Amino acid sequence: MNLSISPDVVPILREGIFLGMVIVTVFGALLATLAKRMTRAVLGLIVCFLGIAGIYYFLNSPFVALMQILIYVGAVAITICFAIMLAEPDEMKMAAKTPGLAGPFAVLLGGAVTWVLASTAMHAQWMTPAVKINEGSVQQVGASLLTMYSMVFELVSIVLLLAILGSLVVARAGRDKAEC
Amino acid sequence: MLTLSTQLNTYLFIGAMLFGFGVFGLVRRPSLIGMLIAAELVLCGASVNFMAFNNFLAEDPTVGQIITLFIMAIAAAEAAIAMSIVIAVYRNYKSIETEDLVDLQG
Repeated sequence: MNLSISPDVVPILREGIFLGMVIVTVFGALLATLAKRMTRAVLGLIVCFLGIAGIYYFLNSPFVALMQILIYVGAVAITICFAIMLAEPDEMKMAAKTPGLAGPFAVLLGGAVTWVLASTAMHAQWMTPAVKINEGSVQQVGASLLTMYSMVFELVSIVLLLAILGSLVVARAGRDKAEC
Repeated sequence: MLTLSTQLNTYLFIGAMLFGFGVFGLVRRPSLIGMLIAAELVLCGASVNFMAFNNFLAEDPTVGQIITLFIMAIAAAEAAIAMSIVIAVYRNYKSIETEDLVDLQG
């Protein structure tokens, strides 16, 4: 069985996969912002995160792509699922309510933000670096995490610890009140 | 057309678009959970920008990856705290819609 691909097809295939990832990201973002049911919005968020992971792969960072799937899809999306299950949003009431002025205003504001950011980025003159001191491989990321950025690394772990404690305290406070 | 994935501007546009989707969702959603989902999109837009500059313009291409990893950690902490706030709000008001969360309106 011959599985080799001719070199002419490779760039077309690459661009095709890239465009597919961009379409997946945009579709997921649309689903996350427009879906009426919150569960579907979380599903859209997951789809969007998977597309972004593919885009990270194109930016030569397979490690960050895997972390994106592990942390965002595996932790953040599941946390939001828990929030939906514990808070039971009244979806029928929300669907029946007309958005009013918020809908067109949201489109206007989102479009304006996108346009300003994108046009600024397109018209800016970026300075390309004279020399790259490394190629950003997983080994080098790990080395600089434990040398140059070790202080920030420790601080982030303190932030995560405080976040866990704080969320426990906040979620517990209402329960005490309900009991007495 | 065939160099779309090797240009900085493509990625910057994707980042700007994700940010715009996030702002759109933040304004449009009537519930706290919907706004939390939109806030995650905003964070992702910022991360895509960091990764794009990291790949194309950075002298040391580990910096952007590390910043993106930190953004992910902050996003996870933010999601956990937002979930506990949503639960506390639901317990007190029996609703998580932003319109119902008013105490000082006569």
